[in-house]
Amino acid sequence: MTEAPRLPISGGCRNEPILKQRGQREVFCGLTGIIWLHRKMQDAFFLVIGSRTCAHLLQSAAGVMIFAEPRFGTAILEESDLAGMADAQTELDKVVDQLLARRTDIKQLFLVGSCPSEVIKLDLSRAAERMTEKYAPSVRVLNFSGSGIETTFTQGEDACLASMVPVLPDTAERQLVLVGALPDVVEEQAVSLLSDMGIGPIKVLPAPRADTDLGVGENTVFALTQPFLGDTHAALERRGARHLPAPFPFGEEGTTAWLRAIADEFGVDADTFERVTAAPRARARKAIAQAAQALRGKSIFFFPDSQLEIPLARFLTRECGMEATEIGAPFIHKGIMGPDLDMLAQGPTFSEGQDVDLQLDRCRAARPDLTVCGLGLANPLEAEGLATKWAIELVFTPVHFYEQAGDLAGLFSRPLRRADLLDLEGTA
Amino acid sequence: MKLTVWTYEGPPHVGAMRVATGMTGLHYVLHAPQGDTYADLLFTMIERRDHRPPVTYTTFQARDLGSDTADLFKTSLQDAYTRFEPEALIVGASCTAELIQDDPGGMAETMDIPVPVIPLELPSYQRKENFGADETFFQIVRALAKPMDRTAQITCNLIGPTALGFRHRDDITEITSLLSDMGISVNVVAPMTASPSDIARMGAAHFNVLMYPETAESAARWMERELDQPYTKTVPIGVGATRDFVAEVAQITGLAPYLDESRLRLPWYSKSVDSTYLTGKRIFLFGDGTHVAAAARIARDEMGFDVVGLGCYNREMARSIRALAKDYGVDALITDDYLEVERVIEKLQPEMILGTQMERHIGKRLGIPCAVISAPVHVQDFPARYSPQMGIEGANVIFDTWVHPLVMGLEEHLLHMFRDDFEFHDAAGPSHHGGHTPKPEDPQAAPASMGNVIWLEDAERELKKIPFFVRGKARRNTETFASERGVSEISIDTLYEAKAHYAR
Repeated sequence: MTEAPRLPISGGCRNEPILKQRGQREVFCGLTGIIWLHRKMQDAFFLVIGSRTCAHLLQSAAGVMIFAEPRFGTAILEESDLAGMADAQTELDKVVDQLLARRTDIKQLFLVGSCPSEVIKLDLSRAAERMTEKYAPSVRVLNFSGSGIETTFTQGEDACLASMVPVLPDTAERQLVLVGALPDVVEEQAVSLLSDMGIGPIKVLPAPRADTDLGVGENTVFALTQPFLGDTHAALERRGARHLPAPFPFGEEGTTAWLRAIADEFGVDADTFERVTAAPRARARKAIAQAAQALRGKSIFFFPDSQLEIPLARFLTRECGMEATEIGAPFIHKGIMGPDLDMLAQGPTFSEGQDVDLQLDRCRAARPDLTVCGLGLANPLEAEGLATKWAIELVFTPVHFYEQAGDLAGLFSRPLRRADLLDLEGTA
Repeated sequence: MKLTVWTYEGPPHVGAMRVATGMTGLHYVLHAPQGDTYADLLFTMIERRDHRPPVTYTTFQARDLGSDTADLFKTSLQDAYTRFEPEALIVGASCTAELIQDDPGGMAETMDIPVPVIPLELPSYQRKENFGADETFFQIVRALAKPMDRTAQITCNLIGPTALGFRHRDDITEITSLLSDMGISVNVVAPMTASPSDIARMGAAHFNVLMYPETAESAARWMERELDQPYTKTVPIGVGATRDFVAEVAQITGLAPYLDESRLRLPWYSKSVDSTYLTGKRIFLFGDGTHVAAAARIARDEMGFDVVGLGCYNREMARSIRALAKDYGVDALITDDYLEVERVIEKLQPEMILGTQMERHIGKRLGIPCAVISAPVHVQDFPARYSPQMGIEGANVIFDTWVHPLVMGLEEHLLHMFRDDFEFHDAAGPSHHGGHTPKPEDPQAAPASMGNVIWLEDAERELKKIPFFVRGKARRNTETFASERGVSEISIDTLYEAKAHYAR
């Protein structure tokens, strides 16, 4: 029952050529990650040092007017700040003083770099050090960059988590760390499956609060729950932790392979693995089968967006019977994506980065049954008669592990079912 | 440096995008880093546009800095011209590109682009979205519009409507028909609907109707000076203002004033006895200067409200809004900090807010009804039905929109009579739209139901993790699932068995 996944006969895609074109990119910058990170870390405040554009991006991408006082904000640079650098540091101190005086519930403050702050070379690491000393021990101040000149969409989370790793305390304890910000319900499912196999202690990064006892060291092994955590991966390895490579836990197959990699590391026997996973695996298969009816034999085209494209293409082609035409990703980290690439059958075009106009030309020529793209492209493509799936929903919705596998397939089948349901020409 | 958690206006290049996206045959090449493309979704999602905004972003990255961002701009401009073949181009920089000082306008000049390329200087660290729209439209008009013979018949240009404007789409229709009733046809509507060649023939009109000073006042002033076209100063929102507008147009053109009031319902509705409950309702107004000024007059003179406070977020209108506030005997609130707006509303405790989508949220939190009168826009501000703010139909729409959030006449009395009644009480809100006041979730609500099915503690805990707006459905589905199978205890497994069973 717990056999390893069958690999494609045609060979996997780890060494497939990758199309790289340079042109306009239609992607969010890393600041966007703040929208889910601030929900996950409940005592953290994210202060972007940037422009009105940054503030506008955050509120537009999140569609936010929902928070009484959200735990993120922008220190908007003004003409006077651009004149002299010493001035900007003092100004920043003032803003942070103001903020922390009002928000005594804040225990972690992230100073988040933006395009303008990077271009004027505002030294936020120095500011973070200075403030950490000033506000210790009640507030820890860290910095990372979510700027569009360095990061794409989900890379913001990577940069944030990577910034937390160097300040984690040392521990010699043998432990498992799950890395990646997941909705609580999903995270608890993962922890409970692993605990039921007798694996522990299990820690998560990011922890919901600053004061949890998360440490890292040579006896730490870690599993990534999100495929975009390349820098965090490197930072953890620098601290002596060891990565457990695996396909990402999307769908029944991905979840099983991901759990197996951890179970093998902790010497879980086959019977135990089977006992813990059999029921949820069966449920996942059943739920996927229902949702996948609308997907079987349909073609799919991915515009680069969240870095989830490769694992999702693996799930959709292997478990839902779809055919991938093109799989675009903002960038492809072969070390991390390798196990997923190995399982993908050859055939689709892989592209990294983009020239959006040329990619749209390819998409129009291919006329896929479903196109996964950002919000800026979705309605225009629908108007051209192409069914689309907003990529951002994949990041904001619980889609990992067994119990969400059916929901994940459902996100893709809904646009197709809807197109079937509607009779707008009155021809029925 | 200014701490901002939410902002009424975007950066100035978003204003330029609103102009470009409203137009046809124009393309905007924006020197900007990766990520600034987020602005596309404002148009494709909020306004449900079926085309991408006509904007090419150079999307430079860190590795391009200091080496070839200028080349990147030139390549992008050339590619955009070749691919889209626009009649004219506008070029400019977003906030980050402004810092690297590549001078898009200067670079474009050195290239042989065979159509007009209009450079934009939009200071991102000083100004905001409305300025960006106004300045962009002004530069386009200045570059393309020329003095020319007037049309034989009296015509005008409608200026100011842009993409992402508050009801601009329907205001154009309403004002076009109002002017047509007077025997005036519309020469060009701009920027929305106009192409660069339309802009070039704006000089043929006899006068300009300045619909929205926020986005077209600079162009109106320039055309008055250079093309000898007077422009209207009255914004025809509300009954009185629409009548004044007609009188102003008559005075400019020498035509007899004419306004077809056969469909106008606001005055009678406002006089009818049911409206007596509107009398003296304490109103707070906030939004862009133009819509606030118009709404203040309607509120006081046409609805019989008591204006207890007003203000605007666009500083360009600060002076006129301060003067207006003085007229109404209140203090003007000029700020772009919504927390300050919230504090003022809390202090004034009005009975209704007329504001933006942000004030609607503030109202929700404070339990004060709110109607939306101004941008920044939300997807709800693009209704499928015809819903102008201007002219006769605009006045009707405004009456309905403002009355809707309030508790209706007799219902208000019943609320007072049965103050402690369990169904009829203040917190229940108006009966006709399910209550606008936030209702705290009752932790005791929906206890384990369905006869003999019991929720085990861990399953109950798991259920609580499901978002509240689908929790009820999850509970019902799970219980139905359990009882159909004769299961008497719901465990986490049952919960997820049911979830899988109902999965779509």
